Amino acid sequence: MSAEAAYKKVFGRPESLKDTYTHYCPGCGHSVAHRLVAECLDEMGLREETIGVPPVGCAVLAYNYFNFDMVEAPHGRALAVATGIKRARPEKFVLTYQGDGDLAAIGTAETVHAANRGEEISTIFINNAIYGMTGGQMAPTTLLGQEATTAPGGRDPKLHGRPIDISLMISHCDGVVYIERCSLASLKHIRQAKKAVKKCFQVQVDRLGFAMVELLSPCPTNWKLSPKDSWAWVNEVMVKTYPLGVIKDTTGYEDKK
Amino acid sequence: MPSEKMLMRGSHVVGEAAVRAGCRFYAGYPITPQNELPEYLSSRILEVGGTFIQGESEIASINMVLGAASAGMRALTSSSSPGIALKQEGISYMAGQELPGVVVNMMRGGPGLGNIAPSGADYFQATRGGGNGDYRTPVLAPAGCQELADMTFVAFDLADKYRTPVMILGDGLMGQVMEPVVFPDPIDVDKLPGKEWALTGCKGREPRALFSMLLNVNILYQHNLHLQEKYDEITAKEQRWETILTDDADLLVVAYGSPARIAESAIEELRAEGIAAGLFRPITLWPYPTIPLRNLAAKIGKVAVFEFSMGQMLEDVILSVGDRAEIYFHGVPGGVVPTPSDVAQFLRSALKGDAKVGRRIET
Repeated sequence: MSAEAAYKKVFGRPESLKDTYTHYCPGCGHSVAHRLVAECLDEMGLREETIGVPPVGCAVLAYNYFNFDMVEAPHGRALAVATGIKRARPEKFVLTYQGDGDLAAIGTAETVHAANRGEEISTIFINNAIYGMTGGQMAPTTLLGQEATTAPGGRDPKLHGRPIDISLMISHCDGVVYIERCSLASLKHIRQAKKAVKKCFQVQVDRLGFAMVELLSPCPTNWKLSPKDSWAWVNEVMVKTYPLGVIKDTTGYEDKK
Repeated sequence: MPSEKMLMRGSHVVGEAAVRAGCRFYAGYPITPQNELPEYLSSRILEVGGTFIQGESEIASINMVLGAASAGMRALTSSSSPGIALKQEGISYMAGQELPGVVVNMMRGGPGLGNIAPSGADYFQATRGGGNGDYRTPVLAPAGCQELADMTFVAFDLADKYRTPVMILGDGLMGQVMEPVVFPDPIDVDKLPGKEWALTGCKGREPRALFSMLLNVNILYQHNLHLQEKYDEITAKEQRWETILTDDADLLVVAYGSPARIAESAIEELRAEGIAAGLFRPITLWPYPTIPLRNLAAKIGKVAVFEFSMGQMLEDVILSVGDRAEIYFHGVPGGVVPTPSDVAQFLRSALKGDAKVGRRIET
């Protein structure tokens, strides 16, 4: 009996991920999020039709890891670039993958207007409440009291303003069909996140409008926590400012058990 | 078949020519004095199955063009001076990612919000590159509606051929003026050369990525050398200019765009007085027709530069001519459009060397 016949493959690298190392830190949520995106694209048969737009930020090199067509956008402009692609090639599956600085600070206008136009694009929004790539500066989503290199002593609303809940903001736009906020900080949460990503992609397949999944994502390096403690921080502290769950859903889908 | 002769406004001419040149994607944000172009395309481009988007900003619009271009579309955006300033980030990225696209600037007075009158004050911004990095943008400067139509075709062809953003540089006057125009045959977009780099989904091939971030210094070094080779090729092959009445000229007027049209009338006025003036009109501002201008200026010995700005194209004339001829300069800023007689006064003054209008440039 050959090895192929004797063993059944139960786990492997998704085809939508390249066989390579990433530059992400140990414990970083990006690796998990990349895998969820890749698994969903594989399972939905979308890889060969996908055009992805990575952010500027930690995931700027995502085109080295994802195994499908990708184009770099200037910082914050991913949803404008994606709009151009989707309108030019409506039959393609168009995905943006953006961090909190990209999506909720420098790219706020592009985010709000693409969402409000109801562009048929799927957005994966990685919220780790910090600027990772540049070394721990304050993000638009940094929590009150949270330390950052540009908010020494912690974010003070009088000095730095308050954290922004962009998912809630854009849920008020008519063009937005589905928004869910999930955590990447436990196996149970990761499983729920995968369901949300898949649903987000299905919205585009069904041409219903704009859909986004916000993923609360650990950044042990810049939070100065161990990977384990950073999971706890997501699920115990971060969720108080960013509660998990469906923020908007007008898909009419009946959730399959 | 080419079109019937039509009377059309400059901004509409660009829109119609873009559609005929195979443009199927437009994104832009309103700004005077070029609104007639997006207004025209908002319905016209839909007739050919294209896409029109009024973006939320100039920044979003140029990035929508970047996206459409990455998917292989012939794509256009347009604006006027302050709006073009906002597009510079996207233009730099497109240059770095080697994405084709056409950007129209109908220039208005500046700096800042300035005014909405015709200007030439964005010459540096257009020819030197307003965005970051070591890149060049081919710049076409038509001088009238027929040339706007023809150069719109050229712009899309150059953009695709060299995988670069290309700028059409007009001004508020050219955008508004109505002139007769005959359009070239529409292009069959299905017969345009394939783009083997475009993003179409990776079915049956390896995935493609289009990016300008090259963290490895050696790779970015090589990328810049590659870009420079391309710019050298464009410089060698794509210079365009026109000369009028230069064979017997004692004075060579150098002007582009709308000022060149005014200069033509001024030259007629001088010719009627028996003064032999001629015109050198650059049509590509980058690459600048340096050697043709140098040769002609050296032969004639006296050059008069006239522009709607305070000595921007003048720098390219100085770089081209050096001390091979006397150079006189007259710049009109702020959206003021002088009459042909005003310019004729400058030309007489340059011939006499009395500097009553304009000034002598020491080189």
